[in-house]
Amino acid sequence: MSLPGFPQAAPIEGLAGGVLIGIAAAVMLLGAGRIVGVSGIVGRAFRINASDLPMPSAWLFLAGMPAGAAAIYWIKGGLEAEFASIPMMIAAGLLVGLGARMGSGCTSGHGVCGVSRLSQRSIVATATFIAAGIATVAVLGMIA
Amino acid sequence: MIARQVLPAVSGVLFGAGLALGGMTNPARIRGFLDVFGQWDPTLAFVMGGALAVMAIAWRFVPRMASPLFETKFSLPDRTDLTPQLVGGAALFGTGWGLAGLCPGPGVAIFIIAPVEALVFTASLLAGMALHRAIARTRTEEPVHARQ
Repeated sequence: MSLPGFPQAAPIEGLAGGVLIGIAAAVMLLGAGRIVGVSGIVGRAFRINASDLPMPSAWLFLAGMPAGAAAIYWIKGGLEAEFASIPMMIAAGLLVGLGARMGSGCTSGHGVCGVSRLSQRSIVATATFIAAGIATVAVLGMIA
Repeated sequence: MIARQVLPAVSGVLFGAGLALGGMTNPARIRGFLDVFGQWDPTLAFVMGGALAVMAIAWRFVPRMASPLFETKFSLPDRTDLTPQLVGGAALFGTGWGLAGLCPGPGVAIFIIAPVEALVFTASLLAGMALHRAIARTRTEEPVHARQ
């Protein structure tokens, strides 16, 4: 199904994917009493940031993610993916890593877990990174 | 307790599946969402909406629970202060997010379906995190020097 006026949008799959992400976060919240913040879990797995999350939990979560994505890839018989250039991805990775630690979270920790908790820090962080992302894409569009 | 290992694995699988199903493993979709002045792709808003709806319900159970189901206590962030680091960090994060259309979740989730891109992005991500740790260390050392 497509959205009138937005032929490239996938609203039903988006909503279904979002519900799965919400269930994933709810499993950790109600089961383990923790926020799912992927940047924090990655940092923990590589001992970059201090956290009391057990090391096996961090690695099991990180191993599960590509398995889940691969399962959808296999069920759907492929997934579209259009990546930026390698130098662009390196610059982006550095900014995302630095910014996530400096701002105490990323799209999952602030965007999903914090906003749904109505945390003012997360709402401010999410509004800020969306605005910065919009500005970046707009500038890229002008110079490209 | 087996649940301690099963929970994060199950959560990771569901999280990765959700990202892939919602199209979030495709950087073009992320950039399309941020391209509000061009050909806007609202799919990410539906992903966010679905995730927020489920989590808004989940949060309502937390105050009624003495402890999580498989742990002895909740370990939740409790900061409420708005700081320049929060806003500045989020601004840097958003800039990188817009440049490549990737954030940490999708960067990890694509490790099987696009291993080269996953490796390049997550290695850079770790370098950025290590850079922050190095900066934070020198900044916390400054007051110590000043007192000497």
